[in-house]
Amino acid sequence: MAIIERPAPTLPTIVTPTTTYGVLKRPVSATGWRSWVFTVDHKKLGIMYGAAAMFFFIVGGVEALLIRLQLAAPNGKVLNADLYNQMFTMHATTMVFLFVMPMAAGFANYFVPLQIGARDVAFPRLNAFGFWAFLFGGIFLNLAWFLGGAADGGWFMYAPNSGPVFSPTNGVDFWALGLQITGIASLTGAINLIITVLNMRAPGMSLMRMPIFTWMITVVQFLLLFAIPVITVALFLLSFQRNFGAQFFDVAAGADPLLWQHLFWIFGHPEVYVLILPSFGIVSEVLPVFSRKPLFGYPFVVFSGAAIGFVGWGVWAHHMFASGLGPVSVAVFSLTTMAIAVPTGVKIINWTLTMWGGKLWFTTAMKFAIGLIVLFTVGGLSGVTHAVAPSDTQQTDTYYIVAHFHYVLFGGAVLGIFSGFYYWWPKVFGKLLNEKLGSWNFWLMVIGLNLTFGPMHILGLQGQPRRMYQWTEARAGEGFFNFAFWNLVASIGSFILAVGILLFLINVVITARNPQKAPLDPWNARSLEWMTTNPPKEHNFDVIPTVHHLDDFFHQKYEEDAATHTMTQVRTAEEIMAEQERNADKHIHMPSPSYWPIVLAFGLPVITMGLIYSLLISVIGGVVVLFAAYGWALESSTAPDSDFENSAPGSGLDKVAANHD
Amino acid sequence: MTDVTHGHASSTGISNVKLGMWAFLGSECLLFGGLISTYMLYRGRVSGGPRPSQIFDIPFTSVSSFVLLMSSLTMVLAVSAAHKDDDRKTNLWLTVTALLGATFVGGQVYEFTAFYKEGLGFSTSLFGSSFYTLTGFHGVHVTVGIIMLMSLVGILKRSSVPGKKAEVVEMIGLYWHFVDIVWIIIFTLVYLIPV
Repeated sequence: MAIIERPAPTLPTIVTPTTTYGVLKRPVSATGWRSWVFTVDHKKLGIMYGAAAMFFFIVGGVEALLIRLQLAAPNGKVLNADLYNQMFTMHATTMVFLFVMPMAAGFANYFVPLQIGARDVAFPRLNAFGFWAFLFGGIFLNLAWFLGGAADGGWFMYAPNSGPVFSPTNGVDFWALGLQITGIASLTGAINLIITVLNMRAPGMSLMRMPIFTWMITVVQFLLLFAIPVITVALFLLSFQRNFGAQFFDVAAGADPLLWQHLFWIFGHPEVYVLILPSFGIVSEVLPVFSRKPLFGYPFVVFSGAAIGFVGWGVWAHHMFASGLGPVSVAVFSLTTMAIAVPTGVKIINWTLTMWGGKLWFTTAMKFAIGLIVLFTVGGLSGVTHAVAPSDTQQTDTYYIVAHFHYVLFGGAVLGIFSGFYYWWPKVFGKLLNEKLGSWNFWLMVIGLNLTFGPMHILGLQGQPRRMYQWTEARAGEGFFNFAFWNLVASIGSFILAVGILLFLINVVITARNPQKAPLDPWNARSLEWMTTNPPKEHNFDVIPTVHHLDDFFHQKYEEDAATHTMTQVRTAEEIMAEQERNADKHIHMPSPSYWPIVLAFGLPVITMGLIYSLLISVIGGVVVLFAAYGWALESSTAPDSDFENSAPGSGLDKVAANHD
Repeated sequence: MTDVTHGHASSTGISNVKLGMWAFLGSECLLFGGLISTYMLYRGRVSGGPRPSQIFDIPFTSVSSFVLLMSSLTMVLAVSAAHKDDDRKTNLWLTVTALLGATFVGGQVYEFTAFYKEGLGFSTSLFGSSFYTLTGFHGVHVTVGIIMLMSLVGILKRSSVPGKKAEVVEMIGLYWHFVDIVWIIIFTLVYLIPV
């Protein structure tokens, strides 16, 4: 339902949908599966992103456990060499592209409009399209498992290993084309969120009053906007080589395989900041709330985030120190890599000083946030050792690298995401996750991840290479540095980690069955998303707030006593909500559901499937895409007033209409 | 995507669709940047096939480039007419723009055919692969532009365009000018500067 009539609960709005193509009526369901599949509501899409990403997290996690089972003992027999190659390739691809990125997109979708005081995003249908393109792209990628074998060249798919000679199955084709589809999803998502943040902020919400989470998401979207097209080019070159006989990475024809590495890492290094910055944003929200203090040095956190965004473009070749770039390039990229540690260090200091002298409240969300600070720092420090090129040459392609990026990605990105789950769960689902189970969840994950990834430092420095499907007793070494012992520890750790994550899923089920509702403002929070009901109404805010401060919700609740400089509570969240209810906008125009985003997104894997099997299928997919594109272009994003009885067109409409396209 | 705000002021004062198109074009810069870099790396690697200087017909391509650049002029006239609410002239200039674009694409098809007959296939050499990929991507962009222009003419005639007409015309104009500017860079780097 697209028009919300208030306050007239006795007179339901009667919807007579407009037709598209003169035949199809616009979807109008407010309940049932149709209300999800055709929705353009950023909150529903945020939840769908989260659920789909969680599914892929489990898929990627099972792949990781199989890898650890294989390596637990010498001469592992769980997987054969070929399957092992597919497993680590798809584990990384799934975790990066199908878990962390869409999970961050889910948080961004749900909370960015709420944090900037908007009723929706700038392009609601494009938003829905982005979700479906991600989901279909992810399914397409994994279809390869059942159609002759998944991609097996490692997630960075170096040439010439990615060519038809070394990777003869269709796995790499599914990989390249599937990532094109998820790339389209990321690109449209980036455009949508950038325009949302630039254009749809509530009155008074200047850029320097935006919550840090929104800021970090904005930086991430700019990184995606400029990084995705680079991997798009690389993937096109790869597909053209595999399917149409181009020679881009064919060394025999005189090609330069380093071209792939450059293109991949020009995308790939900004990508690692795409993965970590959303979690930095989440903990920057969580730490002040549970320290009962404002964020220490807000502008420094903002600008160091932006600095990471810029410098992140000048460090890509540190992934290629071992490829023979030459001393000048290596020296330059060493220096820039060390330089990017500075803004990251600034953030860590700001978080620590936020907690300094605060009244700390150790909720599960807070524990995960502190876990991020500690464990990300460990990963950051080993990262600095990679910046030292001579040392990196020893570490390249060993488990030391695996240890490093799991500390920054699991210890950083994933712990931040879990902090966000516990912090925002009552906002999204109206119920608090169980704190006792949460504590178990946290400690098992932290112990598990240290047991899994900690020993990998030792294994790597001892020379255990990445991506080897077996290790042998004869080369295991002795004493403290014995491979066998530390590989076993890592494998046991990975199962402890898995139990920790299982506890989270159990917590979700228990919480869903618990009838107890969360209080309106359970954490005494600071930013605008908490100035709504739990969960928020379809139109988010009864009145669009006018913002006067950073942390505006906090300043509506508390006022500073001029003499003592202490903050005293003047209003409760309930009072603020009641006041909003009283002054609610009478006539709120929300964007209407649409068939076209999901239809258009569905056409994409049909096209790519045809590129692998038969161009005829591609033609069908192309027709679907064109049909949906015209349907999309010809329908208005907001159904016209004439669709609704009881609506009062004209008067007052312009003033309160949500600003969307 | 093609309709606009209900007169509600955006924070920047620029409408969502226009700002969205700018963001998209920013992204496109990196797409063509990657393709152009690939071409520049590989343009001298001919592996026994034809060299660039042997097959390029500079006068011919200069003429088709001129045609494409003129289409930017007619696009400006279309946007100007749309702002004046002159539907007849908007349609006229949009059609002329599409025709000029189609002439350019036709020239490219002719050129590709001629090069192929002279022995430069897609898999002949690294030069061939990267040349056809770069100029082909550009040609696809022009073709998509032509489809959008012709669709716009059709929609305007049925006067069923959602949102403000001039806004939509201007947004497609931004795309069209971008594609033209990219061609100036490609023409200079690929055709004019010798290997």
